[in-house]
Amino acid sequence: MHNLNFDISHSLAGGLVLISFMMLYQDRLYSLLNVFALHALTLSLAVAWQAYIQNAPHLYVTAAIALVFKAIIIPVALHRIIKQLGIHRDIETAVGIGPTMLAGMGLVALSLALMLRVTAEADALAREDLAFALSVVLLGLLVMVTRRNAVSQVVGFMALENGLVLAATGAKGMPLVVEISVAFSILIAFIVIGIFLFRIRERFDSVDVGALDDSRGERR
Amino acid sequence: MVVISDILVQGMQMLLVFVLAPLLTGFIRKVKARLLRRRGPSVLQPYRDLLRLLRKEVVLADNASWLFRATPYVTFAAIWVAAALVPTFATGLLFNWAADLIVIVALLGTARFFLALAGMDVGTSFGGIGASREVMIAALAEPAMLLIVFCVALVAGSTELSTVANFIASSQTGLRVSLGMAMIALVIVALAENARIPVDNPSTHLELTMVHEAMILEYSGRHLAMIEFGAFLKLLLYVSLIVCLFFPWGIAIFGAGPLAYVAGAAIYVLKVGFAGFLLALFETATAKMRVFRVPQFLGAALMLGLLGTLLLFVSTSL
Repeated sequence: MHNLNFDISHSLAGGLVLISFMMLYQDRLYSLLNVFALHALTLSLAVAWQAYIQNAPHLYVTAAIALVFKAIIIPVALHRIIKQLGIHRDIETAVGIGPTMLAGMGLVALSLALMLRVTAEADALAREDLAFALSVVLLGLLVMVTRRNAVSQVVGFMALENGLVLAATGAKGMPLVVEISVAFSILIAFIVIGIFLFRIRERFDSVDVGALDDSRGERR
Repeated sequence: MVVISDILVQGMQMLLVFVLAPLLTGFIRKVKARLLRRRGPSVLQPYRDLLRLLRKEVVLADNASWLFRATPYVTFAAIWVAAALVPTFATGLLFNWAADLIVIVALLGTARFFLALAGMDVGTSFGGIGASREVMIAALAEPAMLLIVFCVALVAGSTELSTVANFIASSQTGLRVSLGMAMIALVIVALAENARIPVDNPSTHLELTMVHEAMILEYSGRHLAMIEFGAFLKLLLYVSLIVCLFFPWGIAIFGAGPLAYVAGAAIYVLKVGFAGFLLALFETATAKMRVFRVPQFLGAALMLGLLGTLLLFVSTSL
């Protein structure tokens, strides 16, 4: 079972989980963006490797989309947004890093325990990919939950979507049309969120989502 | 006859770490000085320091108990035994059946326990600060170390060092991301345990930052020499642990004959020298972090160890 193909895809998927943890660890916006670009780069490598071993050329397109949009365009755009909003000096006041890391470890253990049990009949490669993809999704959600700054919540959302792409490539037979439409819907969502960021900023002079609660009259 | 040669080879190994440990520290200091464009002391300076300290008189506080006097010898002995257990140039030496990773962690823990007690023994405030900080670092470094041990043991199917080294040197290991994580985690733990720069800087005496140095502030003469030598040995021990666990290529198999042993020793010295060079490079490139940042730094090691173990669990259960 332990051939080189399996080992390489295992390393890439494991690396993706590790980079998700690095994302949880960062507390500055720029470094968070750089880690996110690394995340997308690793994803595109993982997808390209899957395309090679599954002999599925359409997956190369997915890898290229991940590389161009997620590793280059979105990080660059977010860099510019941060610069225009003038929040590049912001240090996040997240839930403390220690508890977040522990929660992340719990989520990874949970998703492994769940996925390995549920997919008992599937192919080993798909099982392992699905387990890691679920943990990447959950870690992306954790990034969204533990951050108060709207920009880093966008990053968490994008990281979550990376996990979905990993799951889709692990499961054989995902049509190209679906992938492209998912990729473009993410891009549209990104544009919409970008516009909202500027609106929130205009309204409240900050991108801390806590301000939204105050405006609705809710107590924190 | 076989027993005698076994004892001889094991004795050579103990002597090798004994002789090499101050040299490694001297080499690291020299490289650091050269990187800062200073000339730096000679590579042999640590030996001279030790000899000078051994000749000097011991000054003891009035209220120092027997613990304070016994600690230097206990820590030195525990660390030397641990260093003798790690296979350096050959696997399967006489003591290697006992060279369990958990035993090594326990021996180092004993040494640290006594040092922390001795730091508090005389009752100065610096000793107390040093001991409490050392214990805080240890409380985080030790679980990380144990997770690394679990990770490596899951790969090799044993916690015995020479079995692990043989397994990893063979080609059946394949590509393992978990081992890479375990290696980075072990490097972080080694930096913290040896009081190297991002965690502690033993060459300063600034009371805000010192950890290791604060504990041993009351020691002098031959006691100080023993403790310093113990610190040199501990650094060499961690370096050879990393080399043995993750880069065991070129290590001699037991019973391979004297020529293979000499070759293994030469390769080992080269590897240790390279590791020392990397350490010096890293230390000149980074700044020391605040004491309250250390838990995060070590938390990363803990997390890497745990994640490596989880990943390994996935890949072996499929």
